[in-house]
Amino acid sequence: MLFGTLVYGFINSSILALLAMGFNLTFGISGVANFAYGAIYIFAGFLTWIFLNSIGINYFLSVGISILCSMIVGILVYQVIIIRVRGLILSEVMATFGLGLVIMELFRYFDFVGFRYTLPVFIDGSISIGGVYVDYQRLFIALIAVGMTLFLYFFTHHTKIGLSFRAIAQEERTALTLGINSDFYGALSLAFGSALAAVAAIVILPLGTIAVEGGYEVLINALAVCIVGGLGSTVGILIASVLIGYAQTFTANYLEPHWMILVSLIAIAVVLIVKPSGLFSHQKELEERI
Amino acid sequence: MMKKRKERIDRGIKARSEDIFALSSLREMIYLLIPRAIPVLGLLVVSPFLSAYWQEVFISTAIYALLAISWDLLASCGLVSLGQSLFYGIGSYIAGALNYYLGWSPLFTIPVATIGGGVLCTIFLLPVLRLRGIYFAMVTLVLPLMFLRLVEATRILGGTEGLTGLDSFPTQLTALYVIQLALLAALFGFRRIMGSDYGLIIMGINDNDRSVMNAGINIFWYKTQVLFLASAVGSFAGAFGTHMDMFAGMPGFALDYSIMPVAAAVVGGMGTFAGPMVGSFILVPLSEILRALGALRIVFYGLFLVVFIVALPEGLFHYIQRKYHQFERWVEVEK
Repeated sequence: MLFGTLVYGFINSSILALLAMGFNLTFGISGVANFAYGAIYIFAGFLTWIFLNSIGINYFLSVGISILCSMIVGILVYQVIIIRVRGLILSEVMATFGLGLVIMELFRYFDFVGFRYTLPVFIDGSISIGGVYVDYQRLFIALIAVGMTLFLYFFTHHTKIGLSFRAIAQEERTALTLGINSDFYGALSLAFGSALAAVAAIVILPLGTIAVEGGYEVLINALAVCIVGGLGSTVGILIASVLIGYAQTFTANYLEPHWMILVSLIAIAVVLIVKPSGLFSHQKELEERI
Repeated sequence: MMKKRKERIDRGIKARSEDIFALSSLREMIYLLIPRAIPVLGLLVVSPFLSAYWQEVFISTAIYALLAISWDLLASCGLVSLGQSLFYGIGSYIAGALNYYLGWSPLFTIPVATIGGGVLCTIFLLPVLRLRGIYFAMVTLVLPLMFLRLVEATRILGGTEGLTGLDSFPTQLTALYVIQLALLAALFGFRRIMGSDYGLIIMGINDNDRSVMNAGINIFWYKTQVLFLASAVGSFAGAFGTHMDMFAGMPGFALDYSIMPVAAAVVGGMGTFAGPMVGSFILVPLSEILRALGALRIVFYGLFLVVFIVALPEGLFHYIQRKYHQFERWVEVEK
C-alpha cells in the first residue's frame, strides 16, 4: 500500500512537473504572463481530438499540427495582446486571464462536454513494479517529465535562446543593449510555453477525459508548482512538484480525492505569505514586498 | 504636408468652478451639478418604473457595482484584487448562517455581515498586506477558490447544497431602494474620501509606497483601513445578494463575482469609482440580454476585459470626463 502510494506519488509529481514546465518557461523564466495557459492546454487536447475523430488523420500528424497550432496561438497572444501592455504585469495577467476565459468558455458553449472526449494512450497495457500495477501511459509520463526537465535545464542554461529568455526577465534594458530583441524573444517564449502545454496535454490527457474545468485546474496546479518552487528556477520546479505531488497523493489516499486541489491552493497561499518569491528563487526578491 | 496634433485645453468653466471654487453663476452651478445629479436621479427616479424583471436585473447590477467600487478602492491603494468573490462569499455565508441557524431577520444579519465580513476578510488578508502587485493579486485569486473547495470538502454550512429558504425582503421596492442608497453612499463617500487628505495618502501609497513611508506614515495601518472599508462594502453586497436570492452557497465564491468587478472597472475606468459603476451598468444588463446564450456570457466578460485593456486602457469614464471638461482642437505642429 505504502509502496504503491510512493509510486503513484512519483507519477503525480511527474504530471505536475510536466504541467508546470510551459508555464514556468513563459511566466517564470522570461517574465511574460500567460494566464491563458490552461486554456491553451485544453485547446491542444480538443484540437488533437478533432483531428483524430472528426477529420480522421494520422495520430502523429494530428499531434504535430496541434503543437504547431498552439505555438501559433502563443505568438498571436503575444503580438496582439501582450505587446500592447508589456511591462504592466497586472494588465498582462488580466488580459491573458480574460483571453483564457474566452477560449475555455467557447469550448463549453460549443458543447465540448462529455466522456467521449478522450485521447488515445500511446501503448495499451500495464506493468508490475514491485507488486504495483502501473500502466504504460503513466510510465511514459514519468519518463517524459524527467527528460523534459533535463532538456529545459540545459536549454535555459546553455543555449542562446534559453539564455535570452532569462535575460529579458532579469534586466530587459541591459538585454536590449546586448542585442537581444525582447519582443522577439517574448513571443518566442510564449510560443515555446504553449508548445510545452500542448505536449503536456497530449501526454497527460489520455489518463482521463478532456474537460473545460481541467483548464482551470491546470492553471492552478501550474501556478502552485511555480510559486512554491520559485518563478524561473528549474530546480525549484522539480522539488516543488515532488513536494506537492506527494502531498496530493497522500491526501487523496488517506483523506479524500476532493482535497487534492486544496493542497495546491493551500500551498500557494502559504508560500506567498511566507516567502513570495518561492522556496528556491532569489530573482526579484527585493520587489516582492515592503 | 502640414502636420497637426490634437490640443486639449480645460474649459474655463472647469477652472473657475473647480480650482478657485467661487461659483458666480447658475451656469457654473449646473455645470458642477449635472454629472452628480445624473446617477442619483437616474437610479432613484427611473428604477421604480421598471418592470419587475428589470428591477431584479437592476438590483443585481447594483450588487456588482458595489463589488466593482470596492475593487476600485483597493486598487487605488495599490492592492489589485483578483478575488472580489472572497468578500461576496464571506458576507453571503455570514448573513445566510445567521438567518438559517439563528433565524435573525435581514435587518440584523446584513449589518452584522457587513461589519463581521469586513473584519474577517481583513484578518484573512492581513498576512499578505505587505506583498506588492502581482503577489497580492495571486493570493486574492487563490483564497476564494480555497474557501470554495473547503466548503465542498468539509461539507460545513450546507456543503454543496448551501443554505436554502432564507428570508427575503418584504417588498422588492424596499430591496431596490436599500441597495441603491448603499450604492450611492459608497460612490459619493469613497469619492469624498479620495478627495480629502486621507485619499491623498492612499493615492501616494499606490504611486510610491516607499516615499510615503519616508514621510513617516505607517502605510500598513492605512492599507488595513482601506482593506476593511473595501471588504465591508463587498460583504454588504454579499449579504444583500444572499437575502435577495434567499440562498447562500458555493456560487458566492464563484469566479463570476471576481471577474465581473474587474471587467467593470476596466471598462468603466479605474480610480474614479464612477467608472466601475458605469462599467457594471453596461456589462450586467448586457449580459442579462445575452442570457439566452448561456455560457457565452463569461466569454463576453472576458472579451470586454481583453479589448478594453488593450484598446482603451483609460476606460469609458475617463474618456467622457475628458470630453466634458476639455475642448479639443487641431493645431499645427511647430518646427
